[in-house]
Amino acid sequence: MSDMQRVAPPLTTRTADFWRSGADGVLRIAHCRACNFYMHPPQPLCRRCHSTDVGFDPVSGKGTVHSFTINRYQWKPGMPPPYVIADVELEEQAGLFVQTNIVGVAVEDVAIGMKVAVEFEQAEEAFIPVFRP
Amino acid sequence: MIEGKALITGVGISDCGRRLGRDPWSLTAQAALAAIADAGLTPAEIDGVSTYPGALASTPGMSGAGADDMRSLLGLNLRWYNGASELPGQLGAIVTAMAAIGAGLANHVLCFRTVWESSAQTQIGSRSETMRSGVQRERSQWIDPIGASHSTYGGLTMQRYMYESGTTREQIGQIAVVARANAALNPAAVYRDPMSLDDYLASRMISDPLCLYDCDVPMDGSVAFIVSRADLVNDAKRGINIAAIGSAPGFDEAAAMMWSRTDLKPADVDMAQLYDGFSVLTLRWMEALGLCPRNEGGRFIEGGHRIARDGELPLNTNGGQLSGGRMHGFGALHEACVQLRGEAGERQVPKRPQVTAVSSGAEAFTSCLLLTL
Repeated sequence: MSDMQRVAPPLTTRTADFWRSGADGVLRIAHCRACNFYMHPPQPLCRRCHSTDVGFDPVSGKGTVHSFTINRYQWKPGMPPPYVIADVELEEQAGLFVQTNIVGVAVEDVAIGMKVAVEFEQAEEAFIPVFRP
Repeated sequence: MIEGKALITGVGISDCGRRLGRDPWSLTAQAALAAIADAGLTPAEIDGVSTYPGALASTPGMSGAGADDMRSLLGLNLRWYNGASELPGQLGAIVTAMAAIGAGLANHVLCFRTVWESSAQTQIGSRSETMRSGVQRERSQWIDPIGASHSTYGGLTMQRYMYESGTTREQIGQIAVVARANAALNPAAVYRDPMSLDDYLASRMISDPLCLYDCDVPMDGSVAFIVSRADLVNDAKRGINIAAIGSAPGFDEAAAMMWSRTDLKPADVDMAQLYDGFSVLTLRWMEALGLCPRNEGGRFIEGGHRIARDGELPLNTNGGQLSGGRMHGFGALHEACVQLRGEAGERQVPKRPQVTAVSSGAEAFTSCLLLTL
């Protein structure tokens, strides 16, 4: 996927630290430091304990493919199909999903339950987390 | 309870089709005036309007007209109106109309849904290209960088559903095959040519395992209803009773709410008009509503006999959105009313239904209605 010309996300107050996180190769996820609960997409308040002590903390970057789809249609000029879009469940917390691309494997070889690890592809100032088996 | 205080007294539908090139206001007026006349009312008696998604903060093609547009266009004297996109599913516009009547805010509410995505895509640009401004950027930042789309959601949902339930594409395909057979009897349907299961399996993939025939068809059209205060209805014989509403976020939550508000049971349902933006969503709704056991939807519909017009649970009898065309839940409600009245003509189900489940939306954007005569 390294030749993909990706659309860069807007770096908003709520999400800039997530999108910039990959600059040093580390995935950071919004994390409640009061009750140890991760949230993605990020939010500034813990949905479980309502603490505002929420920040972006490093995670292992390891996860499992929860579901996937082989996209066959060219939605973006810089992204020729086919490519795989997946919900990856991070190992830190059950139900903590990142919607992402699976790279470094033939599209027909992706499967539910596959173990994957994060890497990043840059789009302007953002580092897009993608996952490789 | 707001159930029992309001009836659907009028239904109306405009010309529908691919790229009609018609002004969406004219489509809306056509459906609205038909519904008002069907209710035996005049426009002067309409004092409420409720629509999804309203004209503001909406993408071109997804809203053909707003509530205030209709006030102005038809010269209505309103006491209450609502046009909003953040509702429990598209049918949330019906639920809010019932609530307004129950609260004494209106007597006769015009409810409508107008789409002209089919024409808007050729005039303005695709839906994905028109969703890239303002508040939509907040959501699109999770979609654009990975090249995802609405069909991505369908593909991911279908893949996981098949994995968890052991359902096959051959089974899911019956949603589309039965819908096409029903569409053949509906003069207003977009796709009426015969389609076999082999045709379904051979159609091109959009987002594996989601194929072309798992996706609904954009079109232009408008559907309108009149929801009236029950004690003002003199001739109630054509009125459709809304026995229960479910408006909670989530398939299961909406269904549980609906069943908690009636003595009727899933076994009483003798026809279903369920949301089919993607075919797998219909199975999710069938299971959430208890019309078949959890994870058994695929086996329940296998072969298509149970959900055919002459089966035990006729499903999406106008062709649904897959073959009939996308009216975003309002087409399903229209078909339910017409069938309950016994006015569906050639496609009328042989055993006239008495209790019908209708649903719209998916995930946290869900509503369902239980209709009785």
